[in-house]
Amino acid sequence: MLKRRHSDAAVVQISIDGEAVEARDGESVAAAVLAYAGEATRTTPVSGAPRAPYCLMGVCFECLMEIDGVPNRQACMIRVSDGMSIRRQQGARALEGDA
Amino acid sequence: MPEKSAHKTFDVAVIGGGMIGPALSLGLLARGLRVCILDEGDDVLRVARGNFGLVWFQGKGFGMPRYVEWSRRSATLYPEFAAELKEHTGVDVGHANPGGLELLLGEQELAHRQHYIGQIYQQGGGKDYEVEFIDRKQVEDMLPGVTLGDDVIGASYSPIDGHVNPLFLLRAMHTRFQQAGGTYLPHHRVSGVNKNGSAYDVITEAGPVSAAKVVIAAGHGLKQLGPPLGLDIPIRPQRGHILVTERTKQILPMPISAFRQTVEGSIMLGVSAEEAGYDDRVDTATVAGIAERAGRTFPALRNLNIVRSWAALRVLTPDKCPVYAESQSHPGIYAVASHSGVTLAAVNARVAANWIAGDPAPDEFEAFGVERFDAQKTSQ
Repeated sequence: MLKRRHSDAAVVQISIDGEAVEARDGESVAAAVLAYAGEATRTTPVSGAPRAPYCLMGVCFECLMEIDGVPNRQACMIRVSDGMSIRRQQGARALEGDA
Repeated sequence: MPEKSAHKTFDVAVIGGGMIGPALSLGLLARGLRVCILDEGDDVLRVARGNFGLVWFQGKGFGMPRYVEWSRRSATLYPEFAAELKEHTGVDVGHANPGGLELLLGEQELAHRQHYIGQIYQQGGGKDYEVEFIDRKQVEDMLPGVTLGDDVIGASYSPIDGHVNPLFLLRAMHTRFQQAGGTYLPHHRVSGVNKNGSAYDVITEAGPVSAAKVVIAAGHGLKQLGPPLGLDIPIRPQRGHILVTERTKQILPMPISAFRQTVEGSIMLGVSAEEAGYDDRVDTATVAGIAERAGRTFPALRNLNIVRSWAALRVLTPDKCPVYAESQSHPGIYAVASHSGVTLAAVNARVAANWIAGDPAPDEFEAFGVERFDAQKTSQ
């Protein structure tokens, strides 16, 4: 399991799949979700294979998550912010609404 | 390194490894003929790798009813053709025939489309011409869950239209070709063809290849190869752009001319037409125009990321209809050219190949010769 190293950074309140979670200011969404649950963070659109953040530098696109209602965002390239809502994705995103 | 192919002898040498060459070759192999495909490397214009993937009927054959029939014939043959490719190669080319729409934005587009389709009908394509106009409400019924843009007032619809994954199609045809005993020779760029007794020597960068018959299915390469062999066909490049979105849940149950959703969920957006010579680079303004129209048609598309875009060069004849011609001066040398290599793949494999094998030409071919271009030159 992944553990967050000691941090003096301020606490940031986010939600992951509807659950209130404390993250640290300055960390990426990918890091916050990995610290919360060190497991797969999405399944792929075609085969449904589990995936998790990998390169953590914006290249591999394995960390796609729905952030503040927008699906398929690169969680490793976005910093957490107070009140942010994050959802792990199952399969392909919807085109319209929450269908 | 190129395989050394001196003193190789075949019944038919097919020049070109794109959509048309392999399709014809499959039909020739089925006749028991020894066939080779002479191809180039990856550094040449690869029109067959830029396709959109429509198996399309509606709107084809303006001014040429025979092309209407020919397109329909291919669409009809497609399910069995795709099934056979899958059975032998394991490659599912993703063919589906759910019908197709061309959406019309505004009264002017509707009027133009009605006039255009109406003319094809009157020209004689009207025999069983399965294209109808439907209104916005009917479009909505066909596309449940899709929100149409305000400008969409209707569509032309044909139950014959369908689509396929063009890259899987290309791979399946190549796989099947080699599986069935065909000889694929890449890095065999052809510079010319010489008569040698009753056969021909095809001169390639890797040495000569001998064949009783030669098929030029070389896309834009026909422009150089054809004239010395009595096949001076005025094809030109016409550039088209395609955009691909990120994958989404299935939302489009049928191809919509400029939009189609792949089996994997990507939505492909097209399709432009520019006169840009042999420049196949992507033009940003054109890409922006395609995206803008996509947003006007389906506003939700504005939320999707575009993950790829590319341009490719159609092989276009002056009347946009295909060429199937045997040289008068060099009997046994054939030219086949079309910008609809995907749509026509099934009929090329199942019917056109038999003509090259020696059967009488299909009825449609009375219209597909090169003489028509001479007449057009004279009348201009």
